[in-house]
Amino acid sequence: MSDPHPTGDLAEYALRLGDDALVAAQRLGEWAAKAPEMEEDIALTNVALDQLGAARLLLSYAGELEGAGRDEDALAFLRDDREFRNCLLAELPNRDFGGTIAKLLFLAAHQRLLYDWLVASTDERLAAIAAKARKESAYHVDHAAQWTVRLGDGTDESHRRMQAAVAEVWPYTHELFAADDLTRRMDERGVAPAPATLRDAWLATVEPVLAEATLDRPADGWAPGGGRDGLHTEHLSYLLAEMQVLHRAHPGAKW
Amino acid sequence: MSGEWPLWEVFVRARRGLSHTHVGSLHAPDATLALRNARDLYTRRQEGVSIWVVPASEITASSPDEKDAFFDPAADKAYRHPTFYQVPDGVAHL
Repeated sequence: MSDPHPTGDLAEYALRLGDDALVAAQRLGEWAAKAPEMEEDIALTNVALDQLGAARLLLSYAGELEGAGRDEDALAFLRDDREFRNCLLAELPNRDFGGTIAKLLFLAAHQRLLYDWLVASTDERLAAIAAKARKESAYHVDHAAQWTVRLGDGTDESHRRMQAAVAEVWPYTHELFAADDLTRRMDERGVAPAPATLRDAWLATVEPVLAEATLDRPADGWAPGGGRDGLHTEHLSYLLAEMQVLHRAHPGAKW
Repeated sequence: MSGEWPLWEVFVRARRGLSHTHVGSLHAPDATLALRNARDLYTRRQEGVSIWVVPASEITASSPDEKDAFFDPAADKAYRHPTFYQVPDGVAHL
């Protein structure tokens, strides 16, 4: 094989997807017991648990591929921010409810397209994980789209907040479609798509929702990145501190 | 906000061939989201294959005050049950 580190590449790729899901789950979990309505509380934590379920499968796989004896818990609870490979979009603070919905819409729309593609991946394990996660992602997109329309095309105040959230989050979506050496090798081996090839379909998902919501689709410009290399915003460290404190204080703690 | 979101009654069909059964209620701003909330609240554990949501305000219910007049008169009319009747001998196709 021309690739000298095929297993390492796959582990790194699984880590990226797993970290996206894990960090998204942790952020969504912040709404538990605080959502605007009890019903929405349960809906958001349902989505969070779906994300966590995908994260567990992906991180377990990454740990197996790595072959260093790290399981899902070791990867989730015992890495520092520089070792996390999630996109910046997932780690951004929730802000208000509209901000959470904007992030969920953009991230879930990408996850759904990616999982749809991965079902036909040459890597069987990734394909199996994607087959499970894609249906969940479809529901996440639907939930976020429903609320985007209601908030965007709602009251003056909800429109103002939703528009601000979309504008704030939009630049971070570019990282989802950015290529690097790893994604090029994954693409060559048929393991994963070239990220940029998903963008048209992503726009075709997101733009009609924004239009129905009477929201302006922000112009493309500033495109922050770095998450895939472990260079994160300041927000990730705080998120990890809260997520990891129990496990670090009581190693191996179980329910 | 619960004061503003209307109440919806939820009916779930457990599987094909069964009727929809009332399972509870929830709050939602409109029918579309009521259906989604019902999915999240009442079918998390594979309880159903179909959901109906109905605005609680659209349901006309019998009143507990009318219970005696509504239901008691049926109590002493055993002849309304098919088991009340003896099948005559020699009737082949009843």
